[in-house]
Amino acid sequence: MSGATSDPTRAGADPAARAAADDEVRTTTPEGLGVTARNLTVRYGRTVALGGVDLDVRPGTITGLLGRNGSGKTTLASVVASFQRPSAGAVLVGGEDPWENEALAPHVLLVRESGDVLDDLRVDENVDFFAGARPSFSHEVAGRLLDTFEIDPRTRPRRLSRGKRSALGITLGIAARAPLTILDEVHLGLDAPSRYAFYDALLEDYVAHPRTIVISSHLIDEVERLLEDVLVLDHGTVLLSSDAESLRSQGLAVTGPRAAVERFAAGRRVLGRQALGGTAQVTILGRVDDDAVGAARAAGLELGPVPLQDLFVHLTAGKEQR
Amino acid sequence: MFDGRDPVYLQIADQIRDDVLRGDLAEEQQVMSTTQYATTFRINPATAAKAFAELVDEGVLYKRRGIGMFVATGARERLLAQRRESFFVDVVDPVADQARVLGISLEEVVARLRATRGDRSEAGR
Repeated sequence: MSGATSDPTRAGADPAARAAADDEVRTTTPEGLGVTARNLTVRYGRTVALGGVDLDVRPGTITGLLGRNGSGKTTLASVVASFQRPSAGAVLVGGEDPWENEALAPHVLLVRESGDVLDDLRVDENVDFFAGARPSFSHEVAGRLLDTFEIDPRTRPRRLSRGKRSALGITLGIAARAPLTILDEVHLGLDAPSRYAFYDALLEDYVAHPRTIVISSHLIDEVERLLEDVLVLDHGTVLLSSDAESLRSQGLAVTGPRAAVERFAAGRRVLGRQALGGTAQVTILGRVDDDAVGAARAAGLELGPVPLQDLFVHLTAGKEQR
Repeated sequence: MFDGRDPVYLQIADQIRDDVLRGDLAEEQQVMSTTQYATTFRINPATAAKAFAELVDEGVLYKRRGIGMFVATGARERLLAQRRESFFVDVVDPVADQARVLGISLEEVVARLRATRGDRSEAGR
């Protein structure tokens, strides 16, 4: 993206020196704030948004917060960012209670879909205002991203399209370099090229300045490779918490003659089933050992990966899809 | 291996092994850093780091502190030896199994291999 070429500090740098600098950065800086929740409960009247949740976000990771609408993602994000208090249980950010914690507040940033910008101020004034509250803010990154997303710094946010508003939120969210950055559905309204510009900018800045980043998105196939850990919420509870690699290797799509597929699936946890004539495909959850893989192939079955997106859909599908 | 259900880090490790085998990555040549890998291929740097760790364990890569990762001397030979060993198990045995299922005689398979090899070497001239 344009960032790689327009950044004067990077252009022409010796790759070896850069790699060395990268290594130094990764070993010597604190890598962001982690999150711990125990029995975290949030109720809105009779509605339980989070029902006694236990979870951990490892410091320094890019963690995907996945879940269907109403699963509790946004509630979790707002409790962590101290926008609201839990009804019961506790949440800790970097080991501290975030509620009305003035020392912690500058280091925890939640960017919501709405962008959370001040409509009365111009974009550049918003940047300055934001920078004042965020000790690690990079004006250089902000300027570069406004450029990438083609946002005029002298315009006012209310004159921006939905996509550009999202892009402004993303710009501030990345430039702030907060040790805990939560990006909640910030991609809404962005077209595909802008979303990829966002992913590139996020990764590029993350590798240079490691921190904890929590991304909530419905576009799982687009973000999955960015993720180190994955947290799946469903109906206010934690459905899955895992590193992305092992989650990916937990799903297996088995295709072949129906009878052979069914024999293989017997006794395993089947998430989904499809059949076309004599051919069937089942989606299986759980590790399959090498012997079973060999036996399956000998029986003429094809084994394939299950994209995280499909795994997610199968796991969170309502009764109507079972 | 597992028909493409390998985690991303295994795919990255395989790609680097192939580069070394083909000679695209020479011994003692520096490979991209995990961070360059991450930004180039749009993947989490921990994923790239995991691939590198595996290759360091295997002796394909080694780390020079503060400089980066390099291809180890003898890496290509070691990989060749490994691949030659697994070639019959991973490639030839499944062909033999399939041939048996389909009622194709080993003679036919061998004849085909000879013919293909002839085609290739002529095309290469």
